[in-house]
Amino acid sequence: MQERRASKRTDDKDTADMSDEALKVLGDHIASRRTDCVVSWHVTLGELTIEAAPASIAGLIEFLKADGSCRYTQLIDITAVDHPEREKRFTIVYHLLSMHQNQRVRIHAAVREDESIASITELFPNANWYEREVFDMFGVLFSGHPDLRRILTDYGFRGHPLRKDFPTSGYVELRYDEVQKRVVYEPVKLVHDYRQYDYLSPWEGAKYILPGDEKGEEA
Amino acid sequence: MGVSTSLNDAGADKEVATRALAKEVSDKGFLVTSTADVINWARTGSLHWMTFGLACCAIEMIHVSMPRYDLERFGTAPRASPRQSDLMIVAGTLTNKMAPALRKVYDQMPEPRYVLSMGSCANGGGYYHYSYSVVRGVDRIVPVDVYVPGCPPTAEALLYGILQMQRKIRRLGTITR
Repeated sequence: MQERRASKRTDDKDTADMSDEALKVLGDHIASRRTDCVVSWHVTLGELTIEAAPASIAGLIEFLKADGSCRYTQLIDITAVDHPEREKRFTIVYHLLSMHQNQRVRIHAAVREDESIASITELFPNANWYEREVFDMFGVLFSGHPDLRRILTDYGFRGHPLRKDFPTSGYVELRYDEVQKRVVYEPVKLVHDYRQYDYLSPWEGAKYILPGDEKGEEA
Repeated sequence: MGVSTSLNDAGADKEVATRALAKEVSDKGFLVTSTADVINWARTGSLHWMTFGLACCAIEMIHVSMPRYDLERFGTAPRASPRQSDLMIVAGTLTNKMAPALRKVYDQMPEPRYVLSMGSCANGGGYYHYSYSVVRGVDRIVPVDVYVPGCPPTAEALLYGILQMQRKIRRLGTITR
């Protein structure tokens, strides 16, 4: 994959984005200017990733936005990844785009479950809804957010659905009640049992026996 | 397979009946029929549908009213207000958050009203059956008359569902629902 990307880059120099060398120079520049923020950085598959300290995330993003050789003026996305086995359970992921330099950067910040991270709504107003979404889905708190409430899930929803320990079917389901003349919530009662699907192709590699397989051996 | 005793047969040849009617009209200048028949005939020919497009099924619902299938030639019309509709086509995934709104829209429709559930998600949750945020079938929220299977159903399938709905209204044969 990496070779193919690299060869493509040398083929058409005009349309090429940053080469790995240029990204390394950039990563070095950011790490040397913000030693207090950057824990580490690496270039993988032609993409620059910065591991940042969560305490100084706002300062780092402000630097990336303002610095003359970065000018990351667009916030593309904020999301999170849940790693229940880690002490710092959530990795908050920021994606930034620099239209001036034609390059992108990814910032990782690991936080504990009981820890909050600074909001960047002051720097990027569109972070408002992204941070609400991360709060809704993972329960990560953003300090300094003007209106941190749920954005996608139902009113009065319990739990944070994208946490690994959240049951897929949730806790409540809905039904219209003819007596009360309104939609009521009830604990989940699945008519079909929850099924654990495997993703093995029946044509290649599936080792289990399906009903009816024995007929093939008889014939 | 035994002999079918249900009403699920082709029925009399409509052309014969139409020709007989035309003859009667030209002969006498008037027709004699029951009020219930006339009212049901009028209902089947003016199904104003409340468009409840929730997901990709809504695209097929748009297709069915475009020139190729041209649903409006059956006397239907898309309405933006539930107060003016007879038929609600629930096209797509009904989420928990949307369910009270769907019921409210249904409650605002005047009688007689019909519901057509379109696609796997509306019929029984479909792909999202085990999800924490999706209603496992719109029949948990509103009474459904016709289910159209598919993911999404083709425009033809929806058209067939609407024709079945007309047939159901005709066969019901009563004024009050």
